[in-house]
Amino acid sequence: MENIENSIREVAEKLLREKKVDLIIGYEQGTLPLRTTPCFVDKVEDVQKLVWNASCDVNLSKYVVGRKEKVGVVAKGCDARLIVVCAIEKQFPRENVVIIGVPCLGVIDRKKIEAKLEDKEVLEATIEDEQIKVKGEGFELVLPKKDFLCDSCLTCKHRNPPIYDVFVGEKVPEITEANEFAEVSSLESKSGEERWEHFKEELSKCIRCYACRNVCPLCYCKMCFVDQTMPAWFGKTNDLSDTMIYHIVRAFHVAGRCVDCGACSRACPMDINLRELMKKIEKIMKERYGYEAGVSFEEVPPLGEFKMEDSQEFIK
Amino acid sequence: MFPMKWKVIEKSKLPVLMAELAKENEVFAPVKEKSIVSFERISSENQAYLDFRNTKKPPKEVFFPQTETLFTYRTDKKNVEVLEDPAVKGKRVLLGVRPCDARSFALLDKFFSSGEDKDVYYLEKRKNTTIVGLACNAPLSTCFCTSMGGNPFGKEGMDLLLQDINDQYLIETVTERGEELIKKFPWLKDAEKADIERAKKLSEDAEKAVKSKVSVKNVSEKLDRMFDDPMWDQIYQRCLGCGVCTFLCPTCCCFDILDEETEEVKRVRIWDSCQFSCFTLQGSGHNPRPSGKERMRQRIMHKFNYFVKNYGESFCVGCGRCVRECPVNLDIREVVGAISTRQVE
Repeated sequence: MENIENSIREVAEKLLREKKVDLIIGYEQGTLPLRTTPCFVDKVEDVQKLVWNASCDVNLSKYVVGRKEKVGVVAKGCDARLIVVCAIEKQFPRENVVIIGVPCLGVIDRKKIEAKLEDKEVLEATIEDEQIKVKGEGFELVLPKKDFLCDSCLTCKHRNPPIYDVFVGEKVPEITEANEFAEVSSLESKSGEERWEHFKEELSKCIRCYACRNVCPLCYCKMCFVDQTMPAWFGKTNDLSDTMIYHIVRAFHVAGRCVDCGACSRACPMDINLRELMKKIEKIMKERYGYEAGVSFEEVPPLGEFKMEDSQEFIK
Repeated sequence: MFPMKWKVIEKSKLPVLMAELAKENEVFAPVKEKSIVSFERISSENQAYLDFRNTKKPPKEVFFPQTETLFTYRTDKKNVEVLEDPAVKGKRVLLGVRPCDARSFALLDKFFSSGEDKDVYYLEKRKNTTIVGLACNAPLSTCFCTSMGGNPFGKEGMDLLLQDINDQYLIETVTERGEELIKKFPWLKDAEKADIERAKKLSEDAEKAVKSKVSVKNVSEKLDRMFDDPMWDQIYQRCLGCGVCTFLCPTCCCFDILDEETEEVKRVRIWDSCQFSCFTLQGSGHNPRPSGKERMRQRIMHKFNYFVKNYGESFCVGCGRCVRECPVNLDIREVVGAISTRQVE
């Protein structure tokens, strides 16, 4: 990890010094244990702030959209894939971004640690390759890292960014055996009514803070459909029907684009499993169109084109 | 000094007290559902859960719900007929409020009762509610109540204060309204001197346990001269513009009002957030706060400058929710710290 951190700093310094980029977007140490925070470096002397560890969880491609300057971005597989998606969607010119690809063994899910510790608070933590050491008032624990990774990381098929400009560190083996859609099967086994009840229960927790939308690199609409006021397109209350429309439409809106980085679920303060519906949609895209978002610049996104052989069984 | 100032109740008897309270009041208390503890109406299915550090959502929604129908009306475009005024009139008890959150009511009271047009929706509910606080034996590392004029055993904004002294709660009467309530439970035992001493010790320990300090001295005065400071260009960059910090804040209370039209029209007020891009979007299409920079500045200015000028204190109680829950770890303590040490002309 330290080697990767050093390499990131070296690459960042080189890019800035050679004026290949105006800004590096990476991570720096956060103010709380197990937290990092996005870091914007435009001076060579500040590259020492950049860190790399398993708490680098924010999807930094979010900060590329809309930028005019040239940027270098520290990118895990999921960050890099979303840079590709957003570049295909012309949110910035591809040549404006230097993807600093970083191999990733998964990011830590703080909520899993909180659940394990119940009301105990982590005051100090160190992350090692296989372990997370946590300390707090009257306890000290060594947690196996694999049990506290984000769900999206457990079956991630792109731990090495598929597209990058510079690669730091050494490539890590990809996960080949895990079925990434296994968690969708419980949803699929439910009847339509049961699914509806399930989503109602899950989404009734929503406080409409829009953290899921605002943390998502794909949610770059200048005016989100829920923010339309002249006239209003949808209700803005936290009444369940209004809330569900927001989540359903957002899920549809990221169909064929979402790479399951898990940022929405991590950002949700109410612990809603936002990935579930997205994952089902991702599966549909894979089955119907054989498409996986963010792994190629050549393939046209299926919802962006029409082919005669496209599945049309939904037209009755 | 109230004659019945100190009582005790065994923890195992609390459900009995709650059940009795529920006979004459709507009772709201923290309820744990899966991983989330938040204030809910207590019923036979919803049992109070008091073994929490602090609730995920603050209790402000008991007085200021996220969605609230102000009234409904019917119109044929010439005449308007107001159909109902759904103001809550019944008596309520809100139990299990941490001192930081109870203090937020003291601040919200100032806000909602100032000026000529008092906010009857908030004030009616507030007037009818007895607040039973719950002292904080174990503050979190993100708590900074003592920097904001509060205390883990603070009583501001409460009528009664429960203090967890092992297998009992010591009940301290704070106001006459609290005394009225406690009178209804003659079976409560008087506290022993040792109980009060034990609580005093816990209170001292808790105050020491609040290690996070934020210096707000001079911050308001500095902000007077920092509206155009280049600091804002840096600080806001990480901000996603979501509403986590404001919606989970016990004092943030900005709202939007809209009409929901079916056969009748409901005039609804909903929580809004100064961090949202459409918060200040005007009908003309002009937005005086066009980017995150202006929006973040607004949040800081409102809490640490405008509110100080209008009401004499900061609009923050140091509960630490925004610190813990920000998806990108943008820490308000750092922002205020940066302001307090900033050299300004």
